[in-house]
Amino acid sequence: MVEHGDIRVVRRGGSKINFRQPVITNDSRLLLCASGHSVKVFSTSTEECVHELRGHTDLVTGVVVKPSNHLQAYSCSLDGTIRLWDFTDGILIKTYDIGYSIYSIHTSAFHKGVVFTVTSTISDKKSESFQLVAVHLPQSGDQLVKAPELSAVISDVSSNPGAIVFGRGGEYIASANGLHLEVFFFKKQKTYRFFLKKDTKTGGKNTFMCVAAHPKDDCIATGHEDGKIRLWRNFNHQKEYTYSTLHWHSNAVSSMCFTPEGTNLLSGGVESVLVQWRYNDVSQRDFLPRLGAAITHIAVSPDGALSCTSHSDNKITIIQGIKVSAVLQGLVTGESVETDLMVDPRSKALVLNGKPGHLQFYSLKRDKLLYNLDIVQQEYIHELGLQQFKVVKVAFDASGNWMATVEERKQKDAEQELNLKLWAFDEQTQSFVLNTTVADPHESRITAMCFCQAAASQTTMLISASEDGHFKAWQLRRLAPDDGPSCLCDFVGAYRGLVPHCCCFSADGSLLAVSFQEVVTVWSPASWELLATLSQPPKAIRNLCFGRLSCSKYLLGTTDDHLLCCWNLLTCSLEWSTSMDISLLLGDPLTENIAAFCCHAGSTDLFVFKPSEPRPVFSLKAVCSGKVTHAVFAPREEMLESCEESSQWLNHSQLYFLTQCMDLMTFTTKAEEEKLMASSKQLLIDDSVAMTPFYLLLGKHRKGESGAAASGESAGRPPLPQGSGAVKELLRTPAHVLPSTSFLCSMFVKSLLVSVGDASEESKPAEEEMESEKEEEDSEGDMESSASRPERGSLARRSAEPAAPPLTKAQLRELRRVKKLDHSWLTGLLRS
Amino acid sequence: MGEFKVHRVRFFDYMPSAIRAMVFSTRTERLALARADGALEIFNFSDNYFQEKVLPGHDGRAVEALCWVGPRLFSAGLNGEITEYDLENLRPRYTVEAYGGPIWTISVNSQGTLLAVGCEDGTVKMFEVLKERIQFQRNLDRQKGRIISLSWHPSGTLIAAGMMDMIRIFDAETGRATHRLLVDRGAGASKSKEVVVWSIAFLSDHTIISSDSAGKVQIWDGLNGTLIRTHLITKWDVLALSVSQDESSLVAGTSEGTVVQFQFISSTVDRLDKDWVRTRTFKNHSHDVRALAHTETAVVSGGMDTQLVVRPLLDKVEKNTRESAMRKVSFPHRSLVCCAKKAGLLLFQFPDHLELWRLGESDGYGKLGGSLPVKRGPEKLIQLKRKGEDHICCSALSPCGGWLAYSTVTSFRLYRLQNGSISICKVSKLPKDLLPAHQLCFSTNSSKLFASSSNSSVVVVALNELECKYLGTLKAKYGCRQPVHQLSASDNGKWLATANTDCEVHVYNLDKLKLHCTVPVYGSCPTAMAIHPTTSNLVVVHADQQIFEYSLVKKEYTEWSRRLQKQGLHSMWLERDTPITHVTFNPKNPAHIIVHDMFMFCIIDKSLPLPEAKNVLYNQMALRSLPEPDRVLHSHGFKICKDFQHLLCVSLLEDHSLVVVERPLLDIVSQLPAPVRQKKFAT
Repeated sequence: MVEHGDIRVVRRGGSKINFRQPVITNDSRLLLCASGHSVKVFSTSTEECVHELRGHTDLVTGVVVKPSNHLQAYSCSLDGTIRLWDFTDGILIKTYDIGYSIYSIHTSAFHKGVVFTVTSTISDKKSESFQLVAVHLPQSGDQLVKAPELSAVISDVSSNPGAIVFGRGGEYIASANGLHLEVFFFKKQKTYRFFLKKDTKTGGKNTFMCVAAHPKDDCIATGHEDGKIRLWRNFNHQKEYTYSTLHWHSNAVSSMCFTPEGTNLLSGGVESVLVQWRYNDVSQRDFLPRLGAAITHIAVSPDGALSCTSHSDNKITIIQGIKVSAVLQGLVTGESVETDLMVDPRSKALVLNGKPGHLQFYSLKRDKLLYNLDIVQQEYIHELGLQQFKVVKVAFDASGNWMATVEERKQKDAEQELNLKLWAFDEQTQSFVLNTTVADPHESRITAMCFCQAAASQTTMLISASEDGHFKAWQLRRLAPDDGPSCLCDFVGAYRGLVPHCCCFSADGSLLAVSFQEVVTVWSPASWELLATLSQPPKAIRNLCFGRLSCSKYLLGTTDDHLLCCWNLLTCSLEWSTSMDISLLLGDPLTENIAAFCCHAGSTDLFVFKPSEPRPVFSLKAVCSGKVTHAVFAPREEMLESCEESSQWLNHSQLYFLTQCMDLMTFTTKAEEEKLMASSKQLLIDDSVAMTPFYLLLGKHRKGESGAAASGESAGRPPLPQGSGAVKELLRTPAHVLPSTSFLCSMFVKSLLVSVGDASEESKPAEEEMESEKEEEDSEGDMESSASRPERGSLARRSAEPAAPPLTKAQLRELRRVKKLDHSWLTGLLRS
Repeated sequence: MGEFKVHRVRFFDYMPSAIRAMVFSTRTERLALARADGALEIFNFSDNYFQEKVLPGHDGRAVEALCWVGPRLFSAGLNGEITEYDLENLRPRYTVEAYGGPIWTISVNSQGTLLAVGCEDGTVKMFEVLKERIQFQRNLDRQKGRIISLSWHPSGTLIAAGMMDMIRIFDAETGRATHRLLVDRGAGASKSKEVVVWSIAFLSDHTIISSDSAGKVQIWDGLNGTLIRTHLITKWDVLALSVSQDESSLVAGTSEGTVVQFQFISSTVDRLDKDWVRTRTFKNHSHDVRALAHTETAVVSGGMDTQLVVRPLLDKVEKNTRESAMRKVSFPHRSLVCCAKKAGLLLFQFPDHLELWRLGESDGYGKLGGSLPVKRGPEKLIQLKRKGEDHICCSALSPCGGWLAYSTVTSFRLYRLQNGSISICKVSKLPKDLLPAHQLCFSTNSSKLFASSSNSSVVVVALNELECKYLGTLKAKYGCRQPVHQLSASDNGKWLATANTDCEVHVYNLDKLKLHCTVPVYGSCPTAMAIHPTTSNLVVVHADQQIFEYSLVKKEYTEWSRRLQKQGLHSMWLERDTPITHVTFNPKNPAHIIVHDMFMFCIIDKSLPLPEAKNVLYNQMALRSLPEPDRVLHSHGFKICKDFQHLLCVSLLEDHSLVVVERPLLDIVSQLPAPVRQKKFAT
């Protein structure tokens, strides 16, 4: 099989923003945080993502503001590079190549031209240890610089960046690992080590969790596993060191931070309470409780005005004083995603479990949480061992008008409780509204649920299969003519008392396949007769999937004994089968491609194939370690125009999957990346206003207005002086460098006169529109895809030939450009 | 190890008294400790924290403060008197009335020439320390309100006094008050209550540190009289303060039972300006910490929960050594139980009475480790109240159970017991040479009584039905003045061994009433000793856990003792923190020596090889699991039993049954008053 070099696994959208400590800039307006393969710049006031600093090719493991220039920031990554960014403009300034994976980065003003990074020591893999390395960044004008000068400072450090801290202007560095604290003084080049016992007599665990250093005094605060905070002093003596103990946290202290003046110490842990200790009077403390989830990192802005806490539910809370002022919420991926990954057909948002009892709708395109939908509608009680209702299944119908959810509660002795809920989309509120609740739809756990995806069908049909040996078909019907539709059970099916495991509709909705352990049954939803049974493999079926478009005659299934089978539904026979340990089989709803995640030797391989072709379209080995159990094809809003054979399968939709450690990953091509890079680099903004989408929208609106005014009806009316660039320039320049007023006056008056030639007028709106091209393209692409889908589906049904667009790409592009240039042309075309 | 029928005695309701005051003398390395009942104890810190001397209490005396002046010990109390003690005869030497009402505090200047006492009526009285006594010199300016605490400036020119709501600084020469520092009251409801400055410390850089009833430790500038820092360390009272000799560290004891350490530390590495920073917190007490002493290497604390705790500062001592282990002194280092071996009687000594008990009986045979059915329960025969105000200092019961003697500081009493029909009658005609004694002992055949008297002498009295006759006084040599704290007579009535706190052990020949020999002086105080009934070897155990065996016939250390010294004792044995308080022998097996401390008793079998460093000392459990032939290979001479805990006495009766007197510490804790209420997390 061929390895395709240009397709990579990346994190894009939905990545963790709580992975590393966020950084607040000097003016407290922006917040930088590592997020997947990029660094995100948020506005602290509007909560919007201002920039995404893209460039790293692996996980970003640290962000720090450059000490000598507070408008630039370093970021480091596992790809072995340190990058210097201008984060206000989102421009990559420099790339330093270190050559080793970097786990965290630390800087101090005391060390000019040197950054400290944590790298893994090149020892045997079993006992991975880390060391702190000083990297001398060479001064050169090149974009890409190799930094060869490395010198080890402390060996055997923790990979947790919170366990290393610079103290008092960078004169010493403290590192805690396991049960020892190490302090290295740069001036004296001397190291002091302090050890603690593993456990105290009273059962406290002494392991170091995090370190903070007082900015003015020689005092190091360390947080411990048993919730104690120790304040170390006199640590420039090996023996006469001393510490005092503060204890409030009942569980491990996960992060601590001193305020810039050193008057307060902030600490946080699992309790999700931010504790503020007075440095001079530790018996006084303030609390900020109910922050929602365990605190993982704490950061304070350099002016002390803001502090922020990262939380374990992928959230950053920005705190002003002791009040929460803003919340940045990322995609929540808990320990398990019981509902599979789903895509809401209407908003194209990713849908999965979020907060307990909720579904989250996450826009991958904008990388933003749209909203949380409360499914369970019960108060969640935070108590260990308490069984709560959990959302376990979600399904959407093709149009996105209906959503079905299943929630269950497992109780120890009593039977488990099940609820099937049907939600209708309400146009007015733009969200889902509960339509029907079916209490106990089945006697046992529901194993699978799916909607009939055929867009043409008049009724909406839902199939649910359960461990009680039945599958039920639910149909939406109007009971009374003036009532809205509600959900009713239409059919109960069973096969030899076996337990159904998977169910799947064919693309046109004419066939339903239900697997009963090792038997696959094919039903006709119209008449509910059993059309065929396919029972080739001797083991239970894991996954079922119908082929689409040209391959709609195929039904694919995977079995427990690592077999992938493909049945031909026309002949009801096995077309082909191959031996593969497939953990997940997934069909692209827009093409005939099928993605199979194949677990092999501890890592997962991906195969994308068409059921009709013997050769896989694409294969990638070792996509990630561990098993992939959740993945989804998300339709693209704008199609890619890649012609390479290996990356064509990514043109229509994007494949997202969750790794075992709950990271959302996707596949990207080189061309796509370059495009993204290009778009991020050319952005230039007015430096007085934070570049938020709101600003962009407003700014565009204003521009559009002026553009319309210029191109539209009244050519005789002069443009407003404010709009003129010359005037703007004039008003901005200091008065003492300007020429005399009399000289300027004539120019100014001249500028108010109507120009005769309309060449300039024509070019201006064109320019304006070029800028807004992207936005319009989006909406158009959206319209196009939604409009063309049913058509293409029918096309596929009619003929087996591949659904190639009737026009070539180049022609299409040409057409689009023409459309954009002149709208009147389009209207004329439409009228005629 | 041998099998014994064990009388497990738990009816000795011994209750130690709360610790009230404490003072440490760096010069002599001795800690003087005062208890609530007026008893004083002297601990020798250079000799493994051994409780060297005990001065029994007195009903009218409540010691509030203690003070060393060189080797002399002074105390002051709420009875308004200053007392100096005679540490050689273990009694008060003289008392001086201060005429200022109850005295709260006493403090001596660093030169040791002047004593200052703080009185209830608001006066600070100065006493000049003369060679033999003290003499009133003058009053400082009288203040309103009582003087609770006093501290001299090391130069001796200034003196700071803690009062109600304020601190006063006096010029010691003129007697004028120079500064008045107002101490804030507590917040909230305690605003209306006067704040008591419980303790105060005047440092050489004119910093004053005060602790008060509002839970604050405050640091003042004594030159300008301004407050520098306030550390709120508890919601309750901070009762005690103690500063280390070099003034780099101080400790404060609170009502919550915590001891908080403050250290004088520079805030940044290279700068010199230093600051008092709160550092460690020790929680070793359940009740109020009333008294504190900061030695060079350790924090010594004591309070309502009656335990003396020595907590070494780990930055001052080597780690994992004997000094770095924490010590708790719960029981006195001497025996309060006397066992009549022949009669099966137990005598318990309390400060104000004696109890005589008859042990229970059982004739059943049970399996090993089980309990036997009791045929006759233990019986309290006599409760004998002392006469007078002085507390009982020592007591003894003769082995036949026919005689009982006790002594206080001022009087000596001897009683004749009729065992059959329980009756007691005082022997009224005592020889006039029989003075109040420090230690009493009967001979094995109950015909003689030995009473240690002043100047290391021992008075021998012959007892019979009709009279008691003075036989003579045993005296080692002229010049030895320390009290005898251990007496041991041999079974054959020929020898008497005495040990005094100067670490000298003398052996007398009772037939000739003359000194037989002196055991070579060892540097540590003997804590227990006994003469072997058959071989006449004297076994002495010292405070540093060393064991010596001395042959009285040959006047030299025995072969076994030499071997033991040559090889050295096992490190685990040396690390035990309570001294051996009793030595007895097994009459059935002359090679056995039975010793016990608070946590274990041990049978030393001289016929077995000594434990080597690589052996496990506490191996009885491991041995039991081994098959019979292997046990011989692994066993060694020290057979230690930890089945019984918090032992006050282990003794072997004539019928070869073992008497074990236990006093579980939990029982003591349960009898203490309730501690201050504290909010505990999640309650």
